[in-house]
This record gives sequence, structure tokens and C-alpha cells, in this order.
Amino acid sequence: MEIPYAVYPRPDTGIYNAKVGIWLFLASEVMLFGALFSAYVLIRVGTPPGEWPHGWQNVTLGTLNTLVLALSAITTLMAWVACKVRQFGKFKFFHGCTLLLALTFLCIKGFEYDDHLTHYEIHLTAGSNAGGSIADGHFESAIYMNPETKGQVEKKSFCGMSFATVAGGVTNNYQLASVSIDGRYVNNEEQLIDLRAQKDIKETEIKIPGSEVKDMQSYGPWHNDYLALYFTMTALHALHILGGSIVIGYLWGPGRRLWKVDPEHFTNRVEVSGLFWHFVDLVWIFLFPVLYLT
Amino acid sequence: MDELKTAKPAGEPEVHGHAVDFNNYLRRCAYVFVAVLCAVSLMLVASYLPHFDWPAKVAMILVVACTNAFVVAGFLMHLISEKKMIYTLLAFTVFFFAGLIGLTVWAMQDFPAGTVTH
Repeated sequence: MEIPYAVYPRPDTGIYNAKVGIWLFLASEVMLFGALFSAYVLIRVGTPPGEWPHGWQNVTLGTLNTLVLALSAITTLMAWVACKVRQFGKFKFFHGCTLLLALTFLCIKGFEYDDHLTHYEIHLTAGSNAGGSIADGHFESAIYMNPETKGQVEKKSFCGMSFATVAGGVTNNYQLASVSIDGRYVNNEEQLIDLRAQKDIKETEIKIPGSEVKDMQSYGPWHNDYLALYFTMTALHALHILGGSIVIGYLWGPGRRLWKVDPEHFTNRVEVSGLFWHFVDLVWIFLFPVLYLT
Repeated sequence: MDELKTAKPAGEPEVHGHAVDFNNYLRRCAYVFVAVLCAVSLMLVASYLPHFDWPAKVAMILVVACTNAFVVAGFLMHLISEKKMIYTLLAFTVFFFAGLIGLTVWAMQDFPAGTVTH
């Protein structure tokens, strides 16, 4: 039995079923992201003045990602138009471009995440001979020492959460001997909140003895409310990009067999996936100013 | 089941009664991309504007973002020429979304007695 109105529109509504389905799905997505945006508004407005971080994101990369996503929305639309005018070669080209742009977006986002997760705020013990009470910067390396054997291990990278444990001196009898970061000293956390006016931050390589490290924490989602919201909202958005890419990749690859059997049905699938992709672009249009510019 | 199918449209491919022209769409997309570029530039400029307090800047940025979203939704998602059913569905979405945000704003000052606020 053939499913009715899977390809051609119902006479009463004027649209085919899959299109109604995707719009209903997008309506539920609006509520999903809407809940997160309302959480953002609630937390942002409830934060005391001067405590909300500013200038923590790389605006250049955010702008680049905005343009990449806008371009991918256009290539998606052109892929659908190519199907409509029955030019399958052009469809392949435009959908291929969309996939490449989606991959670019995810790579840039991954780079930004890495930048946050290797950025540490290190609180120093009272009486340390450092230039301030907090050292802030990107991790370079850490040296661990076994007090009994005097053996040393240098690590160039680590998982942020496990490092906090090592800093406490628990892992395999090796204790933190020193940590090197590329950053600066500050006297209080207020100096790290608003970075917009601090144009000329001079970062140098700082080596901190393990005995002077009181605690250290990377700029992950656990760092504060702003980063928790940033990671939650952008990661959910990135998951949508990934999901959309899989669907687009399927239509570009194995799914194209339908084109030979029923081109109109295939064109509808491209349109439905395109509507989802445009919605993902719409969400980013609001995420970018909210998280990067305000 | 035959009555549930509609006849395959004959002739030129159409969208909502209009013939699909590849070059026309390409031109329209170029305009949309330029509009998005302008919107992003405006948002960046607004965020760095001196002599404006922060709420004014946020308001300006959000107005530009909403305009940008309207352009993308209107032209790329064809919302400027959609069917009545889609508009009905969107009206319900807007109603519930406004309720969601409205409840948040309403609850913002609703503290239990004795709560210490900043």
C-alpha cells in the first residue's frame, strides 16, 4: 500500500505530509532551544553587576562560523533548486559544498572548545613569590615527580579534570612538581571577568612550583554559569549540525538511488533536510550575538 | 487509494505556483548572503560602539539579529510565501514560545520571602 501524499501535496492543505512533519518537528525544536535561551536570560539578569564575563570568546572565529553557516544554508537551498530543475550534477556539487562547510564549522567549534579546555585559572597559595594571587593562561606542560624515586615525568597535554586530581597529589605517587602556562598574573578574579577593555594583554611563559598551586580549573562548563550555558547551547547546536550533516551525507551518497526511481520524492527529501538546516542556521544567528557579542 | 494521490504536475517545475528558475534563485541567494554579511557587520559594529550603555547595545544587536533571522526564514525557508497550514502551525509555536519566555520573565522577581537579593 502506498503512503498517501508522500510526494505530491494534499489538495486541502497544499503541502505534502513530510513537510508538515518537519515543521512540527521544528516547532518542538523552537521550544527546546527556547528553554535554553530563557535559562540564559534568567541567569544573565540574575547575575550581579560586574560578574558576567565579557570578551571571553574569539569573535573572529565566531564571525567566521556565522558566515560559514550562512553560506551552507545557501548551498543547501541551491541543491534543492538544482533538484527542482532536474540538474543532478549541480545538486551533487552544492550538497557537497554544504557538507564541507558543515565540517569546517565543526572544526572551528572544536578549536574553540580546545582553547577553553586548555585555558586554566590557577589560584596560588598565600605567600607565594608570584606576581599575583592568580595565574591565568594556556597550559604548556606539567612536571610530576615521585618523591621516593625522584623520577620525573613531563606531560604536554592532559585531561582537565584528571589534572586537578594530580594537583592534589594522588595519582600513582607522582606529585605535581611544576606547571608551565602561557599567560599572566592577576591580583583578583575581577580582572579576569571583563576582557573587552584589556586590549594589550601580555602573555609570557610562567612556571609555577607545584607547592604554590592551591587549585586550578580549566575554562570548561564547570568553571561558571556563563561557560556552562555556552557549552550546553553550542554543543546542542553542534549536535544538530552533526545530525543534519549525516542526513545530507546520506542524500548525497547512498540516498541518491531514489533520484533514479522517483526524482520528485527525492527532491522533497532534499527540501525537508534543507528546512532543518536553515533552522540550525537560524539558531546560530541568535547564539552568536548572545554568547559572543553581548 | 487513488483518490489520495494528486496528479504529477506537468510542464515546468513549480514552487507555490511559480516556475523555478535556477539563475533567479542564485541571484536571490547572493542578495541574501550580502544581507547576512551586512547584518553580521552591523552587530559587530554595535558591540564596539562607544558612548552607548550596555542595554542599548544589546537591544541594537538583538534587533539586527531578528532582522537577519527574518531574511533567512523568509527567503531561504520560503516563509514569505508559505501555505496557510504552515502559518497556523507557526502561530501556535510563537504562542507557546512567548509563554515560555513570558513565564521566565514573570518568575524573575518572584522570590520566596526572606531571599537575599543583590
